[in-house]
Formats: sequence, structure tokens, C-alpha cells
Amino acid sequence: MLRKVDINTVLGWLKDVEGADYQSFTEPEFTVQKLEFVPFLLNFLREQSSQVLTNGPATPAKTPSHPRPAARTQGFSDKLAGRSTSSGAGSRSASRVQLFSPAPSVSPGSESEAAGPSGLSGVSAFSSPSFSSTRTPSPRLPGSERRCGQRVSLGDYMFSPPENSPNHQSHKGRKKGGGSTAVGGQLRHEGGRGDLHSNEAGRWEAGGRRSARGVGGGHTRMGEQVSPPFAGQLNLNNLEDFPPVGSSPISPATSKPSRRINPTPVSGDRPHSKPKTCFTSTPFQKASSPLLETEASDGLMTAGSSMRLKEERELLKREKTKRAQQVASPLLSALDPCTPTKTGARTGSKVTSDMPTSPEPSKVTFSSELDVLVELYCTCISENLVPNIFLELFFVMQLLTSWAHHTHDNEEQKSLCAANTEVLERCYLRQVHNCVYFAVKVLENQFQLIAHLDKCTLRLLAENERVACFSPDLRDRLTQAQDRSTAKLSPSASTFIHSVPFQPATDNRSNFFSDKAFHTFKKQRDVFYEVLREWEDLHKEPGWSFDAALGGRIRGIMSQLTSAGNHSHFARLFLKQLVQVCKGPRPSSSSVDAADADLLGMLGADSLGRLKRLEERLIQPHGVVGPCPPPSFPGHQEFFRDFIQTASCCQLNQHLQDSLCQQLLQLDEVSILSPADEKQRFSSVLLLARLLAKFLGFISFFPYQTSGRPSRDIQETSVALRSKVTSLPVLDVCAVLNNSIRRKRTILTVPWLVEFLSMLDFIGPLLLCYRTTLGSLLLLYRKLQLNRSEEMCYLNKLLLVSVLGWLFQVRRDTRMVQLKLGINALCLVSVCSGEFRKLLAAFVSGSTARSGGIIRKITPTSAELKDTPTAMRSQQKLQVDLEQAFFHNQPPSLRRTVEFVAERVGSNAVKHMKATLVRELVERGEKMLRDGLESPNSNASMLNESICARLCEAGLEALAKATKYCDEKSPEAIRVLLPDETTPTVKLSWGHASKMTLCLLCEALVRREWRSKYDRVIKVLGSPKQGSERVMCCPPHCKHNSPLPSDILIEIKVHFSCCN
Amino acid sequence: MDRSFETYTAVYEDAEGQISSKRIKRTISMHRSPADVERYFQRYLSEAEARPTAPVLLELANEMDLSPALMARIILDRFLQDVDGGIPSKTVLNSMLKEPSLIPDQILANNIYQCTINDCCYGPLVDCIKHAIGQEHEVLLRDKLKEQNLSFLDENQLRTMGYDKTPDIILEVPVAVEGHIVHWIESKASFGDDHSHRTYLNEQFWSYWNRFGPGLVIYWYGFIGELDCQRDRGILLKDCFPTDIVTLCHATQQERTPEAPKEDKEWKKGIRRVADEKPGKKLNV
Repeated sequence: MLRKVDINTVLGWLKDVEGADYQSFTEPEFTVQKLEFVPFLLNFLREQSSQVLTNGPATPAKTPSHPRPAARTQGFSDKLAGRSTSSGAGSRSASRVQLFSPAPSVSPGSESEAAGPSGLSGVSAFSSPSFSSTRTPSPRLPGSERRCGQRVSLGDYMFSPPENSPNHQSHKGRKKGGGSTAVGGQLRHEGGRGDLHSNEAGRWEAGGRRSARGVGGGHTRMGEQVSPPFAGQLNLNNLEDFPPVGSSPISPATSKPSRRINPTPVSGDRPHSKPKTCFTSTPFQKASSPLLETEASDGLMTAGSSMRLKEERELLKREKTKRAQQVASPLLSALDPCTPTKTGARTGSKVTSDMPTSPEPSKVTFSSELDVLVELYCTCISENLVPNIFLELFFVMQLLTSWAHHTHDNEEQKSLCAANTEVLERCYLRQVHNCVYFAVKVLENQFQLIAHLDKCTLRLLAENERVACFSPDLRDRLTQAQDRSTAKLSPSASTFIHSVPFQPATDNRSNFFSDKAFHTFKKQRDVFYEVLREWEDLHKEPGWSFDAALGGRIRGIMSQLTSAGNHSHFARLFLKQLVQVCKGPRPSSSSVDAADADLLGMLGADSLGRLKRLEERLIQPHGVVGPCPPPSFPGHQEFFRDFIQTASCCQLNQHLQDSLCQQLLQLDEVSILSPADEKQRFSSVLLLARLLAKFLGFISFFPYQTSGRPSRDIQETSVALRSKVTSLPVLDVCAVLNNSIRRKRTILTVPWLVEFLSMLDFIGPLLLCYRTTLGSLLLLYRKLQLNRSEEMCYLNKLLLVSVLGWLFQVRRDTRMVQLKLGINALCLVSVCSGEFRKLLAAFVSGSTARSGGIIRKITPTSAELKDTPTAMRSQQKLQVDLEQAFFHNQPPSLRRTVEFVAERVGSNAVKHMKATLVRELVERGEKMLRDGLESPNSNASMLNESICARLCEAGLEALAKATKYCDEKSPEAIRVLLPDETTPTVKLSWGHASKMTLCLLCEALVRREWRSKYDRVIKVLGSPKQGSERVMCCPPHCKHNSPLPSDILIEIKVHFSCCN
Repeated sequence: MDRSFETYTAVYEDAEGQISSKRIKRTISMHRSPADVERYFQRYLSEAEARPTAPVLLELANEMDLSPALMARIILDRFLQDVDGGIPSKTVLNSMLKEPSLIPDQILANNIYQCTINDCCYGPLVDCIKHAIGQEHEVLLRDKLKEQNLSFLDENQLRTMGYDKTPDIILEVPVAVEGHIVHWIESKASFGDDHSHRTYLNEQFWSYWNRFGPGLVIYWYGFIGELDCQRDRGILLKDCFPTDIVTLCHATQQERTPEAPKEDKEWKKGIRRVADEKPGKKLNV
């Protein structure tokens, strides 16, 4: 598939040619592997866009290729060479490679390839003669399907008459494929890890064949000849991969040149003239090329093909090894260069040099091809074929926010277009217009996914002028989604760090062996916090070293611990503090932190904190890290990691491990009844589990960490050693995972397992227990397809996909062990969306910078907050803080009690209200209504209005009564439920607290009840007598000045939750 | 009891006392060398012999610019060495300073007595006063808290519960002062200068924070304004009992009043951010 794209790009200018290319290419590509296509496509897109983004020189146009058969082998070799060179030289290519792990996967699966070649050869035999001239077309099968329309037109021009007919057939094929897609998907799932590849590949191949058949006029014959049995599979595959896209009609002009195209692909000329772009960009071309070649050579080629395959494999191996060396970070680095939005240099350059071209829909070129690309791309995304969804989203955002400095590009492109000759390398995404067009289209297409982003991101997207310009509809949908969005980035970042409260039950003298131990621990606690505070103050200062500054004191604590035997106490304190400080989801870096906070709105922040953040924001450049950060210990986690490292106290570590394990397993068992109702609880459990798991992983694998990958010999010996010695791993991950899969609790277990596994040392993944676990996870990952409606809900799947994708991206070695699957990076949702936001925000600031000359501007987000009265806000925040503070120093059971009482009493109060006040009210209203209606000159709507007003007043009364009810009842309950020792005042304040929440509750419920009943009455009364008019107009009138019940409920809930 | 008057004089005395005590601390070493001690002692002996009824020791102290109580201690220490032949224990020394009648030499006892009662900063008497002032302010603090209807645990209760560090007051329900949460209150019946504050921070305040979270320190006799720089980290300084205490229930009640639905909404906006909320949660009715 990628090839198709490439072909498009390479040959792309001539649509006709493309179409032809698709056809011919598709076949070979499919034969190559489905997996290959995706990376190819993605690589292609990236290459194109990267050109735009980086403002690189225009790629040289390809010269028409020479006769294929002869040239092909050459071309192939050339391609190979090109690849190798590209991989070595071009950072981009390297990045791509990294990006797309699938490529390596392809190579490993020799079986698939083998299968592919055979199929291909057959196909090629058929197709090649006519189409062989255009290698590329065949690999592009998927495209061909979608592009049937194009193809047809193209084919007509380009190919002999049979082609046209093939096109039609191809359409049919698509449909069939669509039906069969599911099957294909199943097949994939069925396949084991290793098998998966092969299966997929096989399908792809099959699909390729089929499509080829369908496409080419001669296709039918060819298909028959080649592999009649495969056809079904193939179709399915094709469909899956490439759901029928609206065929984009090819412009007649473009179609004409098709013939030319045919020659272009293969020629030996290419390597010289264009080689860089084509080969570098698409690592997979090789594979395709061999296939193509094989096709071209027809029967002759089979032998050659095998040879080529070998070569390809070798190349792939090389790439793999390279990747392996590059380990985790490459993605990021790769991404970075692409991100156009980085403010610093970029903006500067923009401002200084030429005015960036602002994208205009009217200037979009190749829109039909872009549509095709969009379809391809979106299919890949929705089928989870993409290595990492968030990576792709990130990429799309980059496109959306890209700047092109050179306006001359357009001209060039135009000229190029006119020339037609060098189309392939001409990038569809070369111009901002096209990039934005593409991005917006993809966003439209993937709206379901986008809609799950957090509010701020949505808002930034919706406010993006480019989105508005290219698709007002999308903007509107985004705006709506924004209102619906409940996703939040950082729920409750409390303003100050809580300490671990001293609880007499666990911390007083009776819990220690001796007075000495007790007093030692007293000192240790203070030293610990002293160290923590010092770290907070100083760790960001340049030249500050953790060990130098704090090492002495930490080791002092440790030695005291050892002499006093206090390890368990200290471990408890340590972990509690860790949880206390780090539990909230924190963005990966401090700058992110600041930016996020800004974007979130600085609602609750006190002025000082706000000022600080503003300052930071103004001073620090936005760092766009990319959506797939390596595992890290952000924020305060760093302190705890360094502490453990510096302390390097085996006793402490053992205690930490023990209690981490215990807590994790407990958390894993947490019963979450209905996720919908306990979303917050779930997320807090999840976050906590992930935090603990990360540290457990860190401590567990710390002893084995090496600075680099050990040599093979060492690997083997240590595997042998550890597989025996570590027969009892810290945590039986296998069992945990299997258990959770069985019990369908993966949504909780997998995310924290992933955190744990991300800490694995180099040898770790080779050990049996981790290997099997990783294998299971991989299987799980392959099964996840966001658009399939299964029992798992969308968001859950999204979470798993992102988490797993992240793991496999970040720890390539884990993937390597498992072999190759072409999984790529994903990243944690929060981090990702943070990145998205940064991108978008940077865009905003960039665009303002253009006009105003100020490099960065505060995003308008914060402006809105001004209208809320600050005094009120801070008051409310203070209350929330107070509540939090109150419960923080009390045993957790208190909160549960209070919540319980509040809910029950509240519920009773509501029942009471319903039975008495509300009914009375409603009856009164009903009577008034009837009376009013009986009077001769009554105006129904006026009447309703007045009654509504009166009832509203009465409703307030009811509210007061409900409050009183709660006041009376709740203290009683609280008194009974709380332990006797608790001092009366505390009880009282509990009572107060719960009463208050209760009252809020009642208010909401009363109002809700009242309104619903009222509505009902109105309906009953109104519809028979006055028709529906009245019903329609009344409710709106009712709504004045009373808050929405849901809002109040939310408020209440928040109230409860704040108590946590 | 006229608190304000007492407070003013006390502030004055205390501030002055602290300053002089600082000076003493800095200069004490000058008087501690055995040679000095011997010189003072011999001078005392000769003058006391010459004028047995005169407060010779006090005069000597003033002449030497040394705290009379300290002078008394030095001389007594030296005296006891002659009597017992060894270095006297601190308890004996202290008890004799507190109760001069225990001193075998009556003239010395008189002199010692005069010294201790005439020293404004040192000595058992002053210690007693200081202690009393501290106690009084703690009582004052407790009264104020009760007045405000705040529930709390005092130091003694905490100690019996086994707390390892005990501030004067732990509020069972935290309050907010000037926007800062307060879990505990420490009463300091002294002036907060940088030296003593630093010591207190390290020995007490941070320890409290480490266990109970943010809190409030009241320096009844004032403090150097620049020291109040840890507010955001959880240590708030005041020189009187705060007047604008925000309690949990009080404010909530205000919020709740149906007359202000609009503010309610604003408030909600603010809160929603704090806790991830699922809208539309329904109650079990």
C-alpha cells in the first residue's frame, strides 16, 4: 500500500499513471505484505510533509524509467542501494524506519515473503506484461480499489481497453472485499504472534492479487491463473485495508499522461535522479520493487525474485539492527525535526524571511489524490494498522499547523505539474494548502477519535483558523464536541504538597521496637522532608547534583535505619509520600506542566502561582516532545527515583518491593462496579497502580540495568543464569495478566503492567516469564481495533491501544523479542493530548507572532476566565482545599462514612420531599393552571409563565425545608456511625460537612423532581386543551434563574470527590 | 486582666530582653575563662568581706557588663568548687540559684538573690515569667479558638496520644487564614527574629509540617516581616490571633444560599476542574 502512495507520489503527478501504477503495484505490494503497506504509506506521508515542513529543496523529478524488464533488476538493485544509503544518510529515513517497526516485521517473516513472491510472480506474470511497465501501480492495490474511478479513467487512457473493464471489476472486488473484510480481520486475530505476520502477509498478498485481478482488464485472467483460491482472502484483505473510498475522479488532463508513467517507475535512471526521495522515504519499496521486478520479468523473474527477497531481508535486518541501536528516543528525535510549529527558530525564520503562506482551500492541488491519501490513511488509523494512533494524530496536527516559508514552492510545483515528468517525487503535501487540507480531511474522517481528546485540545482545534477556513463544518462539530467533552488532563493538582499525615494508630511509640527506634524515625522523617524540600528548591538549578547535595544525608538516613531496624516504617513513609506527591497525572516535563496549567485555565491558581506559571511560559520555549516520550520519572518522581538510587539500600528496596507488590495486587483486585459511575475512582486507582508499578519495575530491574545492550554471549549467560535464579520474579506478571484477561479486567491491569514492563532491563524481555507476558500483550494489541464494536467500550480500547503502543514503541527490544510485529509507538493519552495542545498552542502563538512581532502570546484560553469573579472563585477553591485538608489528616474511613451518610440521608430527603412538598407544589400548580385556563380570556403561555414563576418561588421554600430535613437527620446518623472516641466537635464538623453536601444534593433533586413533575402536569393538561404549543413554550420559561439540576449534581459530586 | 497593656509592656521588655540576651550570648565567652572566673571570684570575696550588706555581686556584674544572673551562676559555681572540692552538679547549682537559702554562705546567698531578682533576662525568675507568658498565650490561644468554635487538640492531648512532635494546637478541622490552610498552630510568646525563627523552623515548624501539613505560627510579640516567606510552602506567620478565619462549614453555607444561583454556577466551574467529574451521576433514590 505504501508503495501505492509512493507510486502516487513518485508517479503521482499523472493520475492516469498513478492509477495504472496502483493496479500493477498493488498486486506486488500486496504480495509483499499488508504490513509493508502501512509503513510505506506513513513513511510516504511523512516524507512529503517533512519536505514541506523543513522547507527542504524540491526533490528532483523522476525521469521516466526505461524498459522495465531489463531495468527492473537494475532498478531493484538501485533501489536497494538507495535504501541503504538513505537509511544511513537521511535522518528522516532513519526516523521513518524507527517509526514503522512493521518494516522489520516484514523482513523477519520470511514465510510471508516467500508466499508473497510466489503469488506475486503469478500475478506479475499476468499483470506485468501490460502493467509491468508501471511497477508502482500494482503495489498500490488498495489505492486502486478506492481509486477505481481514477484508475478507470486512467486505465482507459493508459492501458489497453481491458484495463477499463478491470476497473469495474475492481470495484466489484472492493465491494466483495468490504463484505469479506471482517473475515480478513478475524484471520489476523487468529494468527499467533509470529503467525500473524505471515497470515496478514498472505492476505495482503492475496488481496493484492485480487485487486490486481479486479483492476486490470486482464486481471480476471490473471487472477484466475495466479491464485483462484486466494481470491476470496485477497478481496477481504483489500477491503479491510482499503475500504472503498469514494472514488476520486481523475481529472482528464492528468489521466492522459498515464502512459508516460508506465515507463517511469522502473528505470535505472531513477536511482540517480530521484533516488534519494523515493528510496529513502519508503523503506519498503524494496520489497515492492523486487516483487514488481518479479512481475515484470514474469516467469523469468521467479528465481531472481527469490534472490531479491534475500537481499531485501538483509536490508531489513540491517535496518532492524540500526533501530535496535537507536533504542527508544529515535522517535522523538525523528518527530522533532518534522514539527513545524516549534516556535523558536521557526517562527523567527517565518517572521524574518518571507511571510508564511497562509493556507487557502482554493489553492489546494491534487485534491483528489489527497482524498485518496486521506482515505488510505484513515483506514489505516481506524483499523489500528497504524503503529501508533497518537503518533499519527500528532503528525496530522503537525500538518495542520505547518508553515511553509517558500511561496515559490507553489510555482515550482505548478511548473512541475505542468511538466508532469517528475511527478513522483513532487509532493502532494508539499504546500501548506495541501497539508492543511489533508489534515483537516483526516480530522473530519477521524472525528470519533478526535472527539475524545480533552476539552482544551478541542478548543484549540476549533479555534484554529485553518480548520475554520477549510472546514467550517468540522469546526462546528469540534465546538460541539468541546461542550460534550469530559476528558481532562490533570484533574486535581493540589496547590501544595501534602505531607504524609501522622496517624497515631500507625506512628506512635507503640509501633516501634524501642524508644530509640521511635526517636530515630522521628528524626528521619524530618530529614527526609528536609531533603525533599531542598530538592524542590534546588534541583532545577544548573550544576546541582542530587548525589552531591543530598547523598550524604540520605545515606545518613539509611545507616540510621539499619541500626534502628526501621526500614518498614521508612518504606511506608516513602511510598505514601510518593503517592501523595506523584499520584496526579503529570505531564512529562516541567515545561509541559506549565503550559498545560496555562491552557487548562488558571482558574484555581492563586495569583502568585499564576504569575509564576505565566513567567515560565513566557520564558520557556515550548518544547514539543512528540507523542511518544520514553519512560520517564517526571516531576517529583525523579526525586524518589534518585533517592532510591542514592540510598542504594538493599533492605529498604526489599521493603519497598514488598509493599509495592502488595499494594499493586490489592489495587488490581479493586472492585469497580460500574465504571460509568466510578469513573473517578477508577482513574485514581489506575493512576496509582501505574505509578506503583513503575517504581516496582524500577526497583526490581535496577540491579540488572546496564548502560548498553550487552553482547550476545553475555546475554545468553545472563539469561541462563537469571531464568534459573529468578525463578521467582518479583511479580508473577504472567499469572496476573492471564488472570486479568480471563476476568476481563485488562483495562485496569494492562496499563500498570505496561508501566512495570517498561522498566525492564535489556535481558529482561528474554526471560521466559516476561517473554510470554509480552507475547500475550502483543496479541492483545493486535486484537484491538477501535472501530470494531465489541464488548469493550471505545475509550477503554483507546486506553489499551495507547498504552500498549507506547510500550512497544518505547521498548523496541521488547518488540524485537517478540519478533517484529509492526507495532509502533503510541503514547499515553494524556501526554499525547498535551503534546497536541502544545502544537496547537504554539501555532496560535506563532500566528499571532507574525502580525504582532511578539514571539509568544498567551493563548486566548486564559482570557475567558477573567469574567468569573475572582473573589468568589478563590473562596470556592479555598473551601475545596479546606475539605481536602480536613479529610487528608483523618483516617480514610471517615470520608467513606460521611459520603455514605450524605448519600443516604440525601436520598431519604428527596423521597420525603417528593412525597410531601413537591407533590403539594405540583398539585397547586396544576390547580392554578386549570383555574387559569377556565377563565375566558386566558392566554396559555402567559398563564404558564406566571405559574412557573410562582412555583419557582415555592420551590425555594421547599428547598429550605429539605435543607432543614437534612440538618435534622444527618447529624444523628453521623453520631451513630462515627467511633465513640471522636471528639464531639469533630463529629459536629463532619456533620456539618456532610450536611452541607446534603443540602446541595437536596436542592438539586428537589428542583429536578419538581421540574419533571411540572413538565408532566403541563403535558397532561396542556396537550388536550391547548395543543402542543403550550408545552413547547413553557419549559423554556421555566428555566430562568434556576441552575440546571445536572450542574448541581455535578457540583455535589465534586464536593464528594473533593473530600478525597 | 488588661491584656493589651500587659502585652505592650511585655513586648517592650521582651524585645529588649532578647536583644540583651543576644549580646550576652555573644560576649559570654569573654567571661568564662578560668582566669576571669577566678578574678571575679576573688574580687567578690574581697568586696563582700569589706561590705557584707552591699550588693557587691550585682555591682560587679554591672561593672563588667555581664548579666547579673550569669555572674551569680559563675560565682556560685566557683564557690561550690571550694566547698565540695569538685565540680558541682547542674541540678544542685540550679536548685541553689532558684532557692538561695540552700547556699551555705549567707552573704553569698544574699548576693545571689539580689542578682537573680535584678536580672531582666536571665535567671530562674525570668525563666518562670517567660514560661508563664508562654502558658498564658497558649491559654489565650485556646480561648480564642473556643470562642471561634473551632475544635482542636492541645499539646498535652497529643502527647498522650503518642505523637512524636506536638505543636501547641492541632485543629481537628482545618481552617483557612488569608487563603492558607492551617492544620496546626504554634504559639510563640516572643519576638520572631531571624535567628530564633530559623531554629524554630528546623526544630519545630518543619517537623509539624512534615506530619500535619501547613500551619500557623503566632509570634505574639511580632516578628521580622521578611521571615514570613514560607506561606506558600505551608508555614504562615502572624503576630496575633487571625481575624479572618474561614471555616469549612461557614463558607459552604454561604455558597449554598439559593439567592445566589449564579455564583453557584461560577463556583462549579471552578470546582469542576479540581475533580474529574462525571456529569449526570444519579443518586440512588
